[in-house]
Amino acid sequence: MRRTALYQAHVAAGARMVDFTGWEMPIHYGSQINEHHQVRNEAGMFDVSHMTVVDIHGPQTREFLSFLLANDVAKLQQPGTALYSCMLNQGGAVIDDLIAYFLAEEWFRLVVNAATRDKDLAWLERQGAAFSVTITEQPELAMIAVQGPQARARVLSLLSEDHAVAADALQPFTAEHYGDLFIARTGYTGEDGFEVSIPAHQAEDFWQRLLEAGVAPCGLGARDTLRLEAGMNLYGQDMDEDVTPLESGLGWTVAMKDNRRFIGREALETQTARGISLRLVGLVLEGRGILRPRQKVLTARGEGETTSGGFAPTLRKAIALARIPAGADDSCEVEIRGKLLPARIVKVPFVRNGVACQGIL
Amino acid sequence: MSEIPPDLRYGDSHEWVRAEDDGTVVVGISDHAQGELGDMVFIELPEPGMNYNQGEACAVIESVKAASDIYAPLSGEIVQANGELEDSPELVNSDPYGEGWLFRMIPSDPAQIDGLMNAEAYAGQLARILHEGGPINT
Repeated sequence: MRRTALYQAHVAAGARMVDFTGWEMPIHYGSQINEHHQVRNEAGMFDVSHMTVVDIHGPQTREFLSFLLANDVAKLQQPGTALYSCMLNQGGAVIDDLIAYFLAEEWFRLVVNAATRDKDLAWLERQGAAFSVTITEQPELAMIAVQGPQARARVLSLLSEDHAVAADALQPFTAEHYGDLFIARTGYTGEDGFEVSIPAHQAEDFWQRLLEAGVAPCGLGARDTLRLEAGMNLYGQDMDEDVTPLESGLGWTVAMKDNRRFIGREALETQTARGISLRLVGLVLEGRGILRPRQKVLTARGEGETTSGGFAPTLRKAIALARIPAGADDSCEVEIRGKLLPARIVKVPFVRNGVACQGIL
Repeated sequence: MSEIPPDLRYGDSHEWVRAEDDGTVVVGISDHAQGELGDMVFIELPEPGMNYNQGEACAVIESVKAASDIYAPLSGEIVQANGELEDSPELVNSDPYGEGWLFRMIPSDPAQIDGLMNAEAYAGQLARILHEGGPINT
């Protein structure tokens, strides 16, 4: 199994390590639920060094990404701005989701999932062959996501004064290099915070300084409940190569206006013309019990299925994302261990900035 | 290493059993089991008055990780369930041999207790699980 530069730091902090798609990663350091609350209430940090960083250079970088991605990099005009997008195949289905950072006119950075690294790199190489670009993975970068209402202040306290002033001014979904650090005001928790890329050999020292600044180490378990409460999809669970972004609650990330050519566009236009029969929604279980992935959902318009589900520590209720027939009512039933239990169909997110969104509780 | 109190008996699927002076037995899950399952979030306990055979599924504990059946370690009738767990399932994590007990039953065949593992045998089973890296059956 592969290990990140922070492996020893995890073991020293008492982490329970698990196999996460070939990476030996911390699932928790004692209590997943405490770690979840730590991020909602204060500040927590996640080792996300297993994620794949890919830099694209060359005179046709912008044209390449304009063709490759369902969202439109033309929205990125200021260096340092970033964009969430799906990468689709010709059939309009989702190969992966990613964040694209515009760093300079001939330099963009993509951060893609660890589980899909090999197929993503192969797809980038194949599609990039027609453009004047070079595609370079950056495996020597470690990445630490620091998230929570106190997260930014605690990261800033570790920077030089000049860098702290500049990084404090970063707007949401922007990023910049500060010396060896690449700091992005992004995340996967529904809280404010930074994702910090750092040369692997400096990662353990930086992690240690974050610990001393009062940032709690948090595992992939809390990361999953935080992103679920935030209504954020997990690739491979909430969407994959069997569904389009329009069936995955990600229509807002597909830029169809203008006549921009991008991979999967025709398929999405065909699907839109025929009518989108499935949609991804949020569920809140009415009674006692726990929603899990792959439970059957019964609606007035037919059957669907939960894609992610679990206990939401912030809400103290069971929640799920579910793919169900379009036009279903406000309520449904979920089959849990042979019993049908009522659930409410809601708009995600469930939680933003530490509190339940309107209509969730 | 997880805690294994010497005065308890243990079932194959990580339940513990404590024989009380009044002839009832108290049942919970071991420290090892709670550690493997992670934070508890929901526990469904059997109703008093229900009868179960040894090895029959009689409760469900749901952790952040998974839902797991709990099997009756002995045949008998349920006489009490730990109602505290309804609002505080985390007691199973914080105090698996104390406040995190699951239910109390009257065994129909008290001799079955002698067929359960003592602490030493259970420690041996855990050592084998750790050595083989095998899954936990709880």
